[in-house]
Amino acid sequence: MNQYYHSIRIDTEKCDGRMKCLRVCPTQAIRVRNGKAAIIEEKCIDCGECITACPNNAIIPLTDPFGELTKFRHTVAMPSPALYAQFGREILPEKILSGINNLGFDSTFDLALTCGEVSFAIQEYLREYKGPKPLISNVCPTVVRLIQVKYPELTDQIIPIEPPRELAAREIKKKKSKQLKLKENEIGTFYLTPCPVKMISIKQPAEKGKSYLDGAISISDIYGPLLSAMQGINKGSYREALENICILGVGWAMVGGICRTLRLKNSLAVSGLTELLKVFNDIERGKLRNIDFIEAYSCAQGCVGGSLTVENVYISYNKILKLIETLEYEQIKACPDIREVRKRYSQQYFFIKGKFEPRPLKPLDKDIAKAIKKRKEKEEIYKSLPKIDCGACGAPTCLTFAEDVVKGEAEITGCTINNAQKLKKLL
Amino acid sequence: MTKSDETLLSQHFEITGGDFNNAGKASTSIKEILQEIGIDSSITVRTSIASYEAEMNVVMYARRGELTLNITPEKLHLKLKDEGPGIKNIDMAMQEGFSTATDEMREMGFGAGMGLPNIKKNADKFELFSIPGKGTSLDIIFCLNKTEKK
Repeated sequence: MNQYYHSIRIDTEKCDGRMKCLRVCPTQAIRVRNGKAAIIEEKCIDCGECITACPNNAIIPLTDPFGELTKFRHTVAMPSPALYAQFGREILPEKILSGINNLGFDSTFDLALTCGEVSFAIQEYLREYKGPKPLISNVCPTVVRLIQVKYPELTDQIIPIEPPRELAAREIKKKKSKQLKLKENEIGTFYLTPCPVKMISIKQPAEKGKSYLDGAISISDIYGPLLSAMQGINKGSYREALENICILGVGWAMVGGICRTLRLKNSLAVSGLTELLKVFNDIERGKLRNIDFIEAYSCAQGCVGGSLTVENVYISYNKILKLIETLEYEQIKACPDIREVRKRYSQQYFFIKGKFEPRPLKPLDKDIAKAIKKRKEKEEIYKSLPKIDCGACGAPTCLTFAEDVVKGEAEITGCTINNAQKLKKLL
Repeated sequence: MTKSDETLLSQHFEITGGDFNNAGKASTSIKEILQEIGIDSSITVRTSIASYEAEMNVVMYARRGELTLNITPEKLHLKLKDEGPGIKNIDMAMQEGFSTATDEMREMGFGAGMGLPNIKKNADKFELFSIPGKGTSLDIIFCLNKTEKK
């Protein structure tokens, strides 16, 4: 049994070792051994970059198949607001939710409303927080994992409020079980996800607690059936459908949505892994201590850029943006009652049960003196390498190869370039 | 057995005044080294903050400087030497909020007058030596053995 659950699996039948994944992995967690890609568990943060990069579709996101639904007496679908961005401008959440109902779920739940509540809860938390700044949003599980692995000292700055999907699932289980006289475990809560990482946050929550969700279904898997299921649905007027949209909630689909709809002045919205690394480096150096809040997503443009979405990311980003602009212009405020949110906030309703713990990478050795010695060896090995990061040895860079050798995970003779040069000398 | 004052690691970084393209690289490398050799993460972060502030001081005010990281079994020592204007009034420079930063520097988010006091706050031991017109040197020390912490 692996220590860490991951949301991706490599199909060794399909993998032909072309190393595309090797090069895109931001944490150097992939090695190619015997012509097949393999993931180093402790380094992987489940960002999903490798899924998109693989030309053979050999890296498979572990979301749930539709069949899972039959395990429950009552099933509820909760689409990520990113789903609302997958269809044309005229198709509003109301119609999409009806379409999902037609797919075989017993009911649907509009997460945008819960997102709105959580936005208010974040605002409350920001107001009373006195510790080191900035605070960082936890909606993206990859961001949480990135912090745990690479920026362990920042884990206390992750906002300890349950993400909307978890809160909603908790609430649905409670309400539906009463209403339908069923046990909570007979009610299946399914998240329609734009990315595979939500799956691990269900199987293995970062704060070591328990998830209230029972599964996640990929938006890309549901897209086709949903398109047909929406045909023939005639909903009321556009204006009426508009009036049911929680502006605070739909913003969660794209980067900057929370900051914008809450009108937070002293905050930043960041998306994309390389950008996150830059910003987190600056936080760690204390450079951003005057910023209150960072809204962070590992996918470029936020959840609409998830690897399991269908629509072009700029189109879907734009759809959400225009929707927010329309709601602002029309002054539609179908938002949760802030007094109600404040009341529940003071009753600890929104807080996560566990705690985000750091998960730093292992040093070269437990003993500092030995680790320093190994580091010197690593530098010596690196000097002897061609430094062209060709990847033929199976490691993404010459530096990671040197590290693997020092750790005893690779042989120095694995460098094909050096071997070729040695051979040349002999001939 | 390693002796308590034996230098286990010594790493040297050159910093060029006014080179904002490479500003911060030395402190990033230092952080990576400390993570790799398993220094306690709270010490790593304090070192990271102090080295960044020290590095940025050179980039903003001096012509050039060198930053050296030395590690013994008990101590982590950052030594910074720069060739620059020096500090005329050290007491004043150590006050929070005092700054000689230009408007451009302030626009970049620096010059809040928190640099030197922030280094001192994060270090276990801090010494500053400066000759106006010539340069400044800083000794920033972190105790690796937790019980020796100030």
